Amino acid sequence: MRYLPLSDADRSEMLATIGAASIDDLFVDVPAAARLSGPVPGLPMHMTEMAVERHMGALAKRNTAAGDAAFFIGAGAYRHHVPSSVDHLIQRGEFLTAYTPYQPEIAQGTLQVLFEFQTQVARLFGCDVANASMYDGSTACWEAIGMARRITRRTKAILSAGLHPHYVSVCQTMAKFTGDTLDIALPTLEQGKPGDDMARLLAAIDDQTSCVVVQNPNIMGHVADLSELAEACHAKGALLITVVTEPVSLGAIKSPGEMGADIVVGEGQSIGVGLQFGGPYLGLFATRDKYVRQMPGRLCGQTVDADGKRGFVLTLSTREQHIRREKATSNICTNSGLCALAFSIHMTLLGEKGLRELAAINHAKAVAAAEVLSKVPGVELLNHTFFNEFTLKLSKRSRSLVRDLADRNVLAGVALGRLYKDGDGRENGLIVAVTETTTEEHVETLASALKEALA
Amino acid sequence: MTINQSGWRPEAPLANGAGDQPTFTGNRALMLEEPLLFEIGSTDRTGVDFESPSPQGGEGRGEGGQTSWWGTLTQPSPQGERANKLGNLERGPINLPGLSEPETVRHYTRLSRQNYAIDLGVFPLGSCTMKHNPRLNERVARLPGFADVHPLQPISTIQGALGVIHELAIWLIKLTGMYGVAMAPKAGAHGELCGILCIRAALDARGETNRRVLLVPESAHGTNPATAAFAGYSVENIPATAEGRVDLAALQARLGPDIAGVMITNPNTCGLFERDMKAISDAVHAAGGYVYCDGANFNAIVGRVRPGDLGIDAMHINLHKTFSTPHGGGGPGSGPVVLSEALAPYGPLPFVAKYPDGSFRLIEEASFEQDHPGTFGRMTAFHGQMGMFTRALTYILSHGADGLRQVSGDAVLNANYILRSLEDVLDAPFAASGPCMHEALFSDDGMAQGFTTLDIAKGLIDEGFHPMTVYFPLVVHGAMLVEPTETESKAGLDQFIGALRSVAERAKAGDETLKSAPHFAPRRRLDETAAARTPVLAQRYLADEDD
Repeated sequence: MRYLPLSDADRSEMLATIGAASIDDLFVDVPAAARLSGPVPGLPMHMTEMAVERHMGALAKRNTAAGDAAFFIGAGAYRHHVPSSVDHLIQRGEFLTAYTPYQPEIAQGTLQVLFEFQTQVARLFGCDVANASMYDGSTACWEAIGMARRITRRTKAILSAGLHPHYVSVCQTMAKFTGDTLDIALPTLEQGKPGDDMARLLAAIDDQTSCVVVQNPNIMGHVADLSELAEACHAKGALLITVVTEPVSLGAIKSPGEMGADIVVGEGQSIGVGLQFGGPYLGLFATRDKYVRQMPGRLCGQTVDADGKRGFVLTLSTREQHIRREKATSNICTNSGLCALAFSIHMTLLGEKGLRELAAINHAKAVAAAEVLSKVPGVELLNHTFFNEFTLKLSKRSRSLVRDLADRNVLAGVALGRLYKDGDGRENGLIVAVTETTTEEHVETLASALKEALA
Repeated sequence: MTINQSGWRPEAPLANGAGDQPTFTGNRALMLEEPLLFEIGSTDRTGVDFESPSPQGGEGRGEGGQTSWWGTLTQPSPQGERANKLGNLERGPINLPGLSEPETVRHYTRLSRQNYAIDLGVFPLGSCTMKHNPRLNERVARLPGFADVHPLQPISTIQGALGVIHELAIWLIKLTGMYGVAMAPKAGAHGELCGILCIRAALDARGETNRRVLLVPESAHGTNPATAAFAGYSVENIPATAEGRVDLAALQARLGPDIAGVMITNPNTCGLFERDMKAISDAVHAAGGYVYCDGANFNAIVGRVRPGDLGIDAMHINLHKTFSTPHGGGGPGSGPVVLSEALAPYGPLPFVAKYPDGSFRLIEEASFEQDHPGTFGRMTAFHGQMGMFTRALTYILSHGADGLRQVSGDAVLNANYILRSLEDVLDAPFAASGPCMHEALFSDDGMAQGFTTLDIAKGLIDEGFHPMTVYFPLVVHGAMLVEPTETESKAGLDQFIGALRSVAERAKAGDETLKSAPHFAPRRRLDETAAARTPVLAQRYLADEDD
């Protein structure tokens, strides 16, 4: 077997050193009834590299790759071009096959990258500090609510109707078990303006509120000024948590930190990671200096070595499960190290100049596409504000329309009916994302396909 | 010019102390220092070129000088009206430095060389399972049909992705002898959470909401008690026996109407198989509780023992341990949870189901009320770690049922070889009770006064190895947990054994130079106390520093 270096002669020699007759004898502590005498029944035997590649390649071909279609899907995961050097660098064995830097003297590469990553995320979000990453945006969102509970010692969280419905679901799942109360509302297409949700949030904040959670741009693409909301939260002793599912937007839009958010979490997939059918992704998590000891997840900090040279270590680990066990701030152990590396490399390639250009192109293309699509009979653009994603109200149910268009190789967007129960016009909503990878031809294809389907 | 006919050149370093002299750069030949990105980059530099938004450049398709609507629309008007749908929230300075591509490649390549990795040598980090990462896995995961697919594409366009999830699920179910599997969890600790939430949902469905205690052995991973607390349970420890296993009698004595279940790691963190596992399961079930197994060490028994045969109700499988997906400097992981028939109805959304015609569908929010009414809900956006599924399935198909049996056999053989080759020089507290599983556990007993496990670990670094896991499990003083995995050759193991023996002998002899090790790594011992006392967690703006 190509991945196993031991020869039969090696095995015999080693068994002699151990004093055992066979490998099976080493499993003597397993009750005989539970020990299999041969390979697990009902499963195939080993395959060559070529045969496995053929098998997996055939499965891959049964998917439509985004690059092979007119593609407009977003809603929490965005298709951006990733420079080739990113994937090359993350495949260096010293990064790919290392682990959590428990021995800092021989892990300075990973640690310095994490320090740089934390700094990049903090600056992007307009915060003081960021951690070394979480699993993804949705789990980071719940961790932020838990952190707000620890800081405020209150258990009522108010969630914006514009928060990604999967994130809401994750919070609902966890709240059932922790006893937190969630104030939730569904988005509507009839009154689908961000102002309605903002009014609801402002009215709901009271002195029992631990936090308000708001996504910007939100699930329907609306962009909002959160400054007044932040002030209202702070006036009642509550925290403002802001969720960013499209970090590229922060090359164009004022950061949550600048608008007064106390905790900012996000999905970092847009930068460096790719679509990958939903995972692995990258949870971003940032906050104010004063809350750092209530933060979940790993943190890398700067220090010096015995010779006085600058170096980096994992720090403040007394918050973490391997030290604090049941009193830890989170149960998280493994995070998204390699995705954080990809994010950091891509962000380094972009720099502020590149990020601003990328954001400007995304926005300009989205504006152009929105103008074209909203001229199609039966299509209404709901957004007054948006970055690279907006919601259309169609004259027909959008879910079946999306399915039909997929058969014509047009991946038109995400039907709200895929994400929500019907009602308040949601069944006619379509979320459309446009990035730098979208071409004029794609937009024309979608416009003519919508025209036919809605005729 | 004279010809050097003797061929002489200086082969040995000059014995004049030159090797200790500082260099101008701080570099030591191939050991290269690298500044922070923020010290070399600038906000006006970039390594990415973008299409021009002007009508002439980029994608305007109009030929013969005709300007297309796209080119016109993507060009902001002089007033900036068209480009401004941002609600007057334009971004101020971000202070993100950039680098050109050659500078970027060099920055990260130089940093990479300050890391130890499996690709460089034995990485015997106990409980972490640092095995070789086959490169076929990486190639497959990057096929556009897997890498460039959106999680919310229509079901008809993702049949291959759902097929991968389904095929891997079948393997995991059959290898563990369980009833079902939840594929969504993002890592091991997330899998623990999934299993515990299934238990809680099952107890709630039975109306037994008074069961609020989970029993966890002293030797458990820190994630176990942390997960239990995260899910709203209180935690009580179960003591270990003198031979490093769960004390069955103590466990039985604690069982009662307030016990939700147990979380047991098997093989355990002392590297031993819990011989009484079936008896533990039976006792817990008889008392009305459920059995969660931490499957972090499944790689020791894969292909030979099915946890389902031992009465387990839920167990997570770390795909990045047992099934070789890369550890990536700290993740991403993936932690599918296999479930018994009793717990499967409560598993999370979404999951993949197969139609009789062979096509796949996704059970998610819109359809769970008919198809999966007992679910405890969703625990992550989208569908889990697809990139890890493709890699793990690729690895599993490569080995097959026969190869996986050899995997666990060789992993256990290698660990026992290390145990028996070093037990004369290092204290092995549980060696007398029989063979170990996939990892060998030693203590610091017998070291010279003032010498610790940490000194041995740092001495190993100078020998060119990553140290073993140290000070875990907590039940052994100065624990050293050595997990070689099956992908080490005998020659590689012999060299590692020789190095660890040499360092252990120095610690026993009281060799003071060990106390300041490592001497040859990119950094000497780092001041972790200072790092925690005044945390510096991000590079501040230069403007801040000037203030």
